[in-house]
Amino acid sequence: MIGREGNRRVVTAADAAAQAAGLRPGMPAAKAQVLVPGLIVQDADPAADAEALERLALWVLQRIAPIVAADLPDGIVIDSTGADHLHGGEEAMIETLIGRLAMSGVTARGAIADIWGAAHALARFGADPHFIAPPGHGAALLNPLPLAALRLPPGMAAELRVLGFESVGDLLAQPRAPLILRFGPELGRRINQALGELAEPIEPVRSLDLIEVRRSFAEPIGAAETIARYVGTLVAQLCAALEEKGLGARRLDLLCHRVDNRIEAVRVGMAQPVRDIKRLTRLLCNQIEKIDPGFGIELMALAATIAEPLQRRQIASSLIEVATPDISDLVDTIANRVGERAIYRAAPVTSDVPERSVCRIPALSPDTGAAWPSHWPRPIRLFAHPERIEAIALLPDHPPVSFTWRGVRRRVKRADGPERIHAEWWKRDAELAAIRDYFRVEDSAGERYWIYRAGNGEDPETGSHLWYLHGVFG
Amino acid sequence: MRTNIEHITDRTAFKGLMRASASHSTVIELRERIARLEGRSRCAKSVLPFGIPELDARLPGGGLARGALHEVAGGGNGAIDGAAAALFAAGIAGRTTGKTLWCIAKPDLFAPALAQAGLAADRVVYVEAGDDKTVLACMEEGLRHGGLGAVVGEIARLQMTASRRLQLAAEGTGSIGIALRRWRRHTDAYDFGVQTAARTRWRVSVIPSETLPVPGIGRHRWLVELAHVKGAESADFEVEACDEQGCLALPAELADRPAAAEGWRRGASG
Repeated sequence: MIGREGNRRVVTAADAAAQAAGLRPGMPAAKAQVLVPGLIVQDADPAADAEALERLALWVLQRIAPIVAADLPDGIVIDSTGADHLHGGEEAMIETLIGRLAMSGVTARGAIADIWGAAHALARFGADPHFIAPPGHGAALLNPLPLAALRLPPGMAAELRVLGFESVGDLLAQPRAPLILRFGPELGRRINQALGELAEPIEPVRSLDLIEVRRSFAEPIGAAETIARYVGTLVAQLCAALEEKGLGARRLDLLCHRVDNRIEAVRVGMAQPVRDIKRLTRLLCNQIEKIDPGFGIELMALAATIAEPLQRRQIASSLIEVATPDISDLVDTIANRVGERAIYRAAPVTSDVPERSVCRIPALSPDTGAAWPSHWPRPIRLFAHPERIEAIALLPDHPPVSFTWRGVRRRVKRADGPERIHAEWWKRDAELAAIRDYFRVEDSAGERYWIYRAGNGEDPETGSHLWYLHGVFG
Repeated sequence: MRTNIEHITDRTAFKGLMRASASHSTVIELRERIARLEGRSRCAKSVLPFGIPELDARLPGGGLARGALHEVAGGGNGAIDGAAAALFAAGIAGRTTGKTLWCIAKPDLFAPALAQAGLAADRVVYVEAGDDKTVLACMEEGLRHGGLGAVVGEIARLQMTASRRLQLAAEGTGSIGIALRRWRRHTDAYDFGVQTAARTRWRVSVIPSETLPVPGIGRHRWLVELAHVKGAESADFEVEACDEQGCLALPAELADRPAAAEGWRRGASG
């Protein structure tokens, strides 16, 4: 990628292969072409890049968090406050985001920190491609990063390096006043922004066809009851706007602009499009406790970030059949409390390996009617990791006479088995010959366990012949 | 206060019975007033029978009250793994109509086993709540909703206030609430004796299974202790574990002893 910087043509971006060949961003184009004969160059188009970044920001807005903005030239800044609960925590959120971007062919790095400046630096210069800073981390995390992490104007980082400053920590250790005298106020501003001493509001992106209602207050509001009342009126207005277009909301974002120029955001998600005023108000009011009004809120904006056509359903008369109660509102309420991933149903998978025989499906997916084969009893508690036990058993196919689990030796009174389960060779090469022989055993106290031996008891290729406890029967 | 009223009623009832049977209606009226004071009249007092006459006879109304909270815990190691208690709860939930909300703190519940205890996969919605507080909140939401047959929550600590909230939420709708008590350590399990607002309190422990004439494990058996029940006496039962319909059964040698003996004698004589 070749771009124009003033009168010079320089390399602005290079892919992995080009970097391996010794090309670096900032190198004159002519030098690059000499270094690598037959180099494929493309002219940089910053306007198109910015537009694409804006589109990507909108995509993130719909899926991840209510406050998103393009951080030109190469990043997206997301304020995830009030949205990470929907994704099951910050870690799960950033992994999902980077994973989904990778699936669509975008290599991304991410970092979560308290401050935009710090997150910007850690995402670009941190070692970990998805780094999560602990809350209240302070400046210590930034110290080892290079000077470019401070978003300094071009050239200033080089000048600082001439003076012997290598990392952010070197700069922070110096008295601020002489530095600012020499390099201008921009340096001080960037340092303050990285440390969170200077507020840096994010101007959220908005798509043109977004359905949004706003309400500004002459006098800032702060009490929870007042917020709840205005949420009610905003939801009513939004539902009227949605009704005009025949849509229902899947995601609602409530942005509360505070008098100190910060935005508090709350997002609620619905499993199906909804246009019920009462239900939406209740979902939003459940989240009010997460809004910190500070000195007061002067503007509230409610937007339906994802709106979909509302499907009308015919309800059968209760004369013909018993109506099944609709639990979608309950599912939404709980999903907004614990996260969308934490509420699910289990569905059968055709696999003999017990831990693979269950998959999670969304709570509101239609009934499948499928069931597991029921000819073998299954334990009610299945351990995620089978626990190693010491067992005394007659090989090859007798159940153990006694076994020791968690330091307690148990005599086996009765046993059933073996139930031989072959591994799924079509999944991995390592499972080509693996076998597990499962036994149901009952000890003298009547406690029943599901244990297995790795291997068939004869051939060492089929397993290690160690015993494991995999589950507990009721 | 409440006990005072009950005393007075008993006395009035006694006198009423002594006077004439005509005044029996007064007694009924007084009973209704007490029930109203206790707040029990808000839900229709329907019950879910176990289908075992010996067990149902011990429960007021002849079965497990709908629109109420019930507590189930495991005995011995079951206090930690809660295996038998979970199956007992699954059997109850499976016999209700509608879906079941199952709030878990630790994802070690194995769905195929629930299906084998009469709770089909399509009927259970799982909520993975991280801590007790969230489990309680989700249970309350579920009980208040009313569209569910049963709401099961696996929790360690259950206090009077929290259980009272759940009980009130259940009373309003008629769903069965089951607090499945499950602790981290054996020493925490003393908590089970603390009084809560739950209508019944059960302890389910595993005992050796049915003896078969061949090697193998027969139908699983539990010792079900009814540790506390409001308005009746506690009792314990030895039962066979839930079948595919979620029904418990009395062991054959206990249930059919007279009939079997009779049959044998007849067989022997004839």
